[in-house]
Amino acid sequence: MSISVEGVEKRFGTFEALKGVSVAVPNGSLTALLGPSGSGKSTLLRVIAGLEQPDAGRVLIAGNDATTVTPQKRGVGFVFQHYAAFKHMTVERNVGFGLKIRKKSKEEIAAKVDELLKLVHLDGFAHRYPSELSGGQRQRMALARALAVEPEVLLLDEPFGALDATVRKELRTWLRRLHEDVHVTTIFVTHDQEEAMDVAQQIVVMNDGLIEQVGTPRDLYEEPANEFVMGFVGEVNKVGDDLVRPHDIQILLEPDGVGSQEGQIERVSHLGFEVRVELVLEDGRRLAVQTTRQEAEEREFEAGQIVYLRPDRERKFATGA
Amino acid sequence: MHAASLSKVQRYGLRFVALGYLAALLLVPIAIVFVRTFEDGLGPPLEAITSPDGQHAFWLTLVCVGIAVPLNTVFGVVAALVLVRQKFRGKAILNTIIDLPFAISPVVIGLALLLVYGRNGWIGQDLIDAGIQVIFSTPGMVLATIFVSLPFVVRETMPVLQEIGNEQEQAASTLGASGWQTFWRITLPSIRWGVAYGVVLATARALGEYGAVSVVAGRISGETETLPLFVENEFTNFNLAGAYAAAIVLALLALVVLFSMNLLKRKETET
Repeated sequence: MSISVEGVEKRFGTFEALKGVSVAVPNGSLTALLGPSGSGKSTLLRVIAGLEQPDAGRVLIAGNDATTVTPQKRGVGFVFQHYAAFKHMTVERNVGFGLKIRKKSKEEIAAKVDELLKLVHLDGFAHRYPSELSGGQRQRMALARALAVEPEVLLLDEPFGALDATVRKELRTWLRRLHEDVHVTTIFVTHDQEEAMDVAQQIVVMNDGLIEQVGTPRDLYEEPANEFVMGFVGEVNKVGDDLVRPHDIQILLEPDGVGSQEGQIERVSHLGFEVRVELVLEDGRRLAVQTTRQEAEEREFEAGQIVYLRPDRERKFATGA
Repeated sequence: MHAASLSKVQRYGLRFVALGYLAALLLVPIAIVFVRTFEDGLGPPLEAITSPDGQHAFWLTLVCVGIAVPLNTVFGVVAALVLVRQKFRGKAILNTIIDLPFAISPVVIGLALLLVYGRNGWIGQDLIDAGIQVIFSTPGMVLATIFVSLPFVVRETMPVLQEIGNEQEQAASTLGASGWQTFWRITLPSIRWGVAYGVVLATARALGEYGAVSVVAGRISGETETLPLFVENEFTNFNLAGAYAAAIVLALLALVVLFSMNLLKRKETET
């Protein structure tokens, strides 16, 4: 189902969490809400779920005004950062909870739970309690529980935030595949730009209660709308008023005579395929350049070396953007 | 010898102080009650507690506990939910009022009830005209018992509610559960040990209450006497066997309650 948010505002006391947010999420898409903490992304997700009531604005699900519909009747699946597992129930009863509430027959519940536990690779864990599962397993259980009631919309609030790096990467690949299989309209919240770019088809960048930009991962990286987005979706160097990505700076051994800047290499870090070179310019400012291992080896970059820098594809945004 | 660790003498000294304190102040007096009771065999104490007045006192105690504890349990869970989950004006005041029974002397509680329900009290005469006798009757004693045992369930439930948070409840609501279903299937099972512990404490308090009940009871033997009042009455009438026997019944009831409390604690740490 498509989701449309129109002019939503939400205050907590004196704090304005959402300052008039409008965004459309197409049916069947996989969308990320990306932003730093306090940007309002989780609040927006909770407003869509009906777990928070907006002070102003509307939420439309499949074109129908759902603003005053309770979460109970909204038909959304919600996955919490800290799993919200029902601790006193086994995995099986956790996953079957929504079906039991809907008074499905025992056989029907058992069959559906079985199918879902296979889907989330938890078959064999049906009779365990949440306390006997790892974080990743608990989150997969929570996902199965949300999917059991066949929601029209799946909402995930920092679903992998509490997990360690390896499990997080594994689960996000898995979420993307799951979405390809199930095709339910999915929105997830994250503060990790790599996670958003890896998983989502559409990213909504939020900052300070407002939406900064909506676009595909590529759009955001190649055509950022402003300085905030450019800085949030990837690393940037500031050269004068210009912003430039570390891989868009060329390191020359000789000055090119058309405005290359002199700098001294401070440190060379080998990060596998790529090499990161940190430099100090003449005026004392620091910047970082990404280059390939091959180039670094050919040119024999090392700390202390004097080199010349030529930025490429630098951007300038209107101040105050 | 390690500087931080205690010498053998110090360790035994500490243990002696702790156990000696308990023995002198708690165990010895209670043990003496037991010894005295059965001094002349089983006959006299048995006779005393099976006397009509003794039996009546026993039943009246159960009636008071049986009404006060369930009522306070329902109220306690509701009040804990309201205090933990809702924001409203006067919340701090409500929170303080719940502790009043802890802070006020039971005798004062009894007097307060007299001032409201007594013959010259606020609504006492109206109630008597309507045919309802509160003071010097069972309703007054039940009210006094409710008053003194009120805070326990609230106070034991609130921290558990705070600890479990409301994400499980929110998850249940997104899965289609109504508020009522969420309460029975998610909230109550999550707080059950806290509630049970509060019920045990409230029961222990309600069983043993003397002061408040004594003020409103009027102490008519065989009519408005609970077990603690019966004990006192037998004692002042020099019927020591009866006093000791009833005291032992009370002590045994209390022991059962304490024992179940320990069982609950163990259950709680297991889950």
